[in-house]
Amino acid sequence: MKLPLLQEAIATADAGRPAALATNLGSGLQILIEGSEKKGTLALDDAALAAVAAAVRDDRSTTIDTAEGKVFVEVFNPPLRCMIVGAVHIAQPLAQMAALGGYAVTIIDPRQAFASEARFPGVTLSTEWPDEALEALRPDRRTAIVTLTHDPKIDDPALSAALESDAFYIGALGSRKTHAARCGRLSEAGFAQNALARIHGPVGLNIGALSPAEIAVSILAQITATLHADRLKEREPG
Amino acid sequence: MDSTGDREAILKQVTDWTGAGKRVALATVVTTWGSSPRPVGSKLAVDADGNFVGSVSGGCIEGAVVLQALEAIEDGKPRLLDFGVTNEQAWEVGLACGGKVQVFVERVET
Repeated sequence: MKLPLLQEAIATADAGRPAALATNLGSGLQILIEGSEKKGTLALDDAALAAVAAAVRDDRSTTIDTAEGKVFVEVFNPPLRCMIVGAVHIAQPLAQMAALGGYAVTIIDPRQAFASEARFPGVTLSTEWPDEALEALRPDRRTAIVTLTHDPKIDDPALSAALESDAFYIGALGSRKTHAARCGRLSEAGFAQNALARIHGPVGLNIGALSPAEIAVSILAQITATLHADRLKEREPG
Repeated sequence: MDSTGDREAILKQVTDWTGAGKRVALATVVTTWGSSPRPVGSKLAVDADGNFVGSVSGGCIEGAVVLQALEAIEDGKPRLLDFGVTNEQAWEVGLACGGKVQVFVERVET
């Protein structure tokens, strides 16, 4: 295998564009496919190229049969992202755990005393208001958004922006009562019930979490379960 | 698909090894059946001294894959390895979980 092709595939994905690396499992010949651009020594016919495009679309690496034998198609998609609104205590373990889980993490909090480098060493921080920050970050279907301030001034604009995005996961910290009041406000702001149903609130799986680290575990577990909902469904007993 | 953090860590190790003049092979899970512990795309990088990072199983087949990787580093030929279920023959290399995996092993050229 050519190391530069693998490096380019990963660099392309990190820059926000999907790429696929196809390898013939007999000869070891490879081709890097990035949109309509191709680089490498493996020739693929139209049917094989269509299968590569489908694998990229489904974000699923797979082995395909071609006239020249079996070809492994490895999909390199842009990193998952986790946007945490509220640089509060829970955000500290959650940022670390999400980074370990493969997410590019951004913490958003206009209160500069909270969103400080000293409290979050090495984490990307934004001190803009969440609606402005999210507009700039453009959450997509590979993004999870969690609000943690339970201050409506900060959480509500964040949740409005989140609901207008394709984010695969939206979670909001707060008790059932807090969440009901929040949904009431968002409903008055014009969001329909089925839109509000996208918000996981109270946030996280019910594992009896108490400490900030335990609550972070419950949130990241719920994000993971949502990301892999299709796999979970496949595994449900008959 | 696979965790972005893992893929970056393994690529970094491969780049460091090759940068230091070491010869390296890369093993990748290309097909899984049943309950395999690591998803398609999971990688194990091996240097010519037998050091390795990453994983292609829960530890059940890494030993056999490292040996094949060392041979691939020597002869430059790619290999497609099949691992199935272990039975009572405890010395056989396989997966105790009842799954099957196919692992592709190739030498890294810079």
